[in-house]
Amino acid sequence: MQWEPVIGLEVHLQLATRSKIFSGSPTTFGAEPNTQASAVDLAMPGMLPVLNEQAVCYAVRFGLGIGAEIGRRSVFDRKNYFYPDLPKGYQISQFEAPIVGKGSFEILMEDGSSRRIGITRAHLEEDAGKSLHEDFHGQTGIDLNRAGTPLLEIVSEPEIRSAAEAVAYLKALHSLVTYLGISDGNMSEGSMRCDVNISLRPVGSDTLGTRAEIKNVNSFRFVEKAIRHEIERQADILDDGGQVVQETRLYDAERDETRSMRSKEVANDYRYFPEPDLLPVVIDDAYIESIRSALPELPADKRQRFAEQYGLSQYDANVLSDSRALADYFEQVVADCGDAKIAANWVQVELLGQLNRDERSIENCPVSAADLGALISRILDQSISGKMAKQVFEAMWQGEGSADDIIAAKGLKQVSDSGALEAIVDEVVAANSAQVQQYLAADDAKRKKLLGFFVGQVMKLSKGQANPQMVNELLANKLV
Amino acid sequence: MHTKSVAQLIQGLRERQFSSAELTRVYLDRIAALDTRYNSFISVDEAAAMAAASAADERLAAGDAPPLTGIPIAHKDIFCTDGMRTSCGSRMLDNFVPPYDATVVQRFRAAGAVLLGKTNMDEFAMGSSNESSFYGPARNPWDTDLVPGGSSGGSAAAVAGLLAPAATGTDTGGSIRQPAAFCGITGLKPTYGRVSRLGMVAFASSLDQAGPMAHTAEDCALLLNAMAGHDPLDSTSSDTATEDYTLALGNSLDGLRIGLPEEYFGDGLDSATGDCIRSALRELEAQGATLVNVSLPHAALTIPTYYIIAPAEASTNLSRFDGVRYGYRCADPVDLHDLYTRTRQEGFGDEVKRRILVGTYALSAGYYDAYYKKAQQVRRLIKQDFMACFEQVDVIAGPTTPGPAFALGAKSNDPVSMYLEDVYTLAVNLAGLPGMSVPAGFVDNKPVGLQLIGRHFDEARLLNVAHRFQRATDWHLRQPESANGGPA
Repeated sequence: MQWEPVIGLEVHLQLATRSKIFSGSPTTFGAEPNTQASAVDLAMPGMLPVLNEQAVCYAVRFGLGIGAEIGRRSVFDRKNYFYPDLPKGYQISQFEAPIVGKGSFEILMEDGSSRRIGITRAHLEEDAGKSLHEDFHGQTGIDLNRAGTPLLEIVSEPEIRSAAEAVAYLKALHSLVTYLGISDGNMSEGSMRCDVNISLRPVGSDTLGTRAEIKNVNSFRFVEKAIRHEIERQADILDDGGQVVQETRLYDAERDETRSMRSKEVANDYRYFPEPDLLPVVIDDAYIESIRSALPELPADKRQRFAEQYGLSQYDANVLSDSRALADYFEQVVADCGDAKIAANWVQVELLGQLNRDERSIENCPVSAADLGALISRILDQSISGKMAKQVFEAMWQGEGSADDIIAAKGLKQVSDSGALEAIVDEVVAANSAQVQQYLAADDAKRKKLLGFFVGQVMKLSKGQANPQMVNELLANKLV
Repeated sequence: MHTKSVAQLIQGLRERQFSSAELTRVYLDRIAALDTRYNSFISVDEAAAMAAASAADERLAAGDAPPLTGIPIAHKDIFCTDGMRTSCGSRMLDNFVPPYDATVVQRFRAAGAVLLGKTNMDEFAMGSSNESSFYGPARNPWDTDLVPGGSSGGSAAAVAGLLAPAATGTDTGGSIRQPAAFCGITGLKPTYGRVSRLGMVAFASSLDQAGPMAHTAEDCALLLNAMAGHDPLDSTSSDTATEDYTLALGNSLDGLRIGLPEEYFGDGLDSATGDCIRSALRELEAQGATLVNVSLPHAALTIPTYYIIAPAEASTNLSRFDGVRYGYRCADPVDLHDLYTRTRQEGFGDEVKRRILVGTYALSAGYYDAYYKKAQQVRRLIKQDFMACFEQVDVIAGPTTPGPAFALGAKSNDPVSMYLEDVYTLAVNLAGLPGMSVPAGFVDNKPVGLQLIGRHFDEARLLNVAHRFQRATDWHLRQPESANGGPA
């Protein structure tokens, strides 16, 4: 039987607020355990939550970014369960009235094609702390620094059909939320955590199969592997005539498999009910408009604009708009040098190449957009050749200074003085009379090859500084 | 000194008739001498009280002291006090010393009040007799075989026994008004949101409200002045402007319309208690008020509604007491489940467990709609009943309780009859309204309380009515013999 996977993702996104969602504690990652947990975060008796307005603003920004209906009166609920890293014994979340309703956004596949994936809802909630099971001699350590960090739980429609699409979805989501500036999207620090719901059904069927949920898959690569593995596992069961059990599974990256989490004796009953310590969040038109008017250009719009405005291929436009930082960088380079195509080429080939080699992000790029723009300007005004420019770029990367400084220091300035060049050309023609004769006797194809020889000689004599275009022209005139 | 009202003590301190240190000493000595009878305090810190009194005397001498400077006060042991144990009447918090003050406590400190100690209460404020306290029941100064009421029973007993001139209480379903009625003192539950809940151990978040307990309405006004106001750290606290609650005290009652709900004068009301209430109402009528018969048609649904909503909220509010971070922890837990179950089994008393079970049930999948959701709908109807009445009348009046204080142990094995104690007070919390209990007579030497209920944020009017009543009566001035060394 041919099986079609039906996949929905729940992403827990940490919002980049400075303080927690219901307390004034800072949210900085990596602090000493329990140094960022206040009386509220510790659920000391009598402590009360106060909603962080910035978290609401970020959630609304997300909602507007995916064209969703914003909940005009969203309500916080208590989700009750006992766990040591959940200090109150309940998590403040949103159940019946989330702040963001149905919306959608576009995902880009590797082949450049795109699809829209629906978002069922997104709601605000607080993160739990961390249980640390090592280093405590059979006991468990609790770190409540993370407790109360604002999360936006983003639930997709079950419209994803493959592991590759799931990864594309996450990449597009990552791009979107970083564009929106609402999260750093850092998966390795847990800023984006993903639960995968997955079921199989016969191709062509409309009904849904029994699903399994895979918890906490926290990198693009693991999402892809976990889904592939789970599809195989379920297909094997179904092919053998078995039934998939509805359960929660954990992805084990080391063994590359999913396995059932210890089955619970009874189904979880979270006893949701409206949080009486908080008022409903009432959002009016003016608030929504103030956020809408400050929205940045979003990835899909930018992709399209890059292609149209700069005459780039869709592929180039997609690459350059992948992150807001890269897109901003690219546009700055264009603004400084005035040539989008050369800028696109330099950013994609030289810049991204170097960043990749050094495993750096665009945010930590040693060459500023203005400096790269200045370098390209030197190519455009024929001060240096493209080849020399690569040398200059290398030096800039090493921190040796600006393009002009390096060109001057290394004496790389291109010779474009026609008198000086003509003298060199004459010298080369005179010194290579055999080749001149060959050239004059040859057909067009051969001439082209021989011309390269003469150019090479001129470049050698000029220590590479001769303007190649002018050399070509001069030679063409002399070799007649 | 100990027989004076707060207003009189303020005057005495300002006129240097006595110092705060002298005054505080008097109360501390009385506590030491008499509280073995009343058991009204859980914690007393003499040294801290005397230090605060000396500081108050310095401020009084400096001449820029805020109104309550030097006035001794007791806080119900539900309010967190920085550096002083806050037990909430429970074994669970017997060892809990908060590193912070509740907003109410902070405000009294800022107003210059001197903290004598923390008063006894039903465990986690769940009870109407003070018998569910881990520290044993407080006793009624009018007869120490009687309960003082609850849950703020310790505060009521301390004030009635003249161990403190005033105290704070909290009221989730009658926990200020009922003990005030049983002990013959004046107590006010303000409008929900009028006083910050921050630092007050939560019982039922949507119902809990702190308020003053004292001998007179004027004293309650002075205390409310210190307590009331918006707290940015309590999202449910109101930013409605506060006022000086003493300003309207003397207003005439001419033209005041007082509604008498027929449901509050029905079969359940003890006849002698009813007589006291009717005679009190005649006094108000004599002062120019008009009595109007009104109806609260959903009154009969009050108890079931309350006993779903309050336990539901309590069941999750009390989840934080898990033995992990503070408070009681069972000895030698073998694993997490054992830690949770034994900590809570050993740390909570029966009434608390009963309510956690009821509340957990009411919120459970499959029952939520039938219980919690339905109760919230009925709650709206109950509130609408009051709103409709307040279109006709300015104040609603009736008995605070169906009868006077009962004997210790009389109802402790019968939760439902205990719950019926609050039949007239619960609806006020469900509707978020302000309510008061004012001494209105005695039945067999047992005090009776008149309940006054006002519109939202109309505390000033309630205090005005109570004050005018107290100028014409002396029920609030009567003192139990035991407080003056007589038999209990």
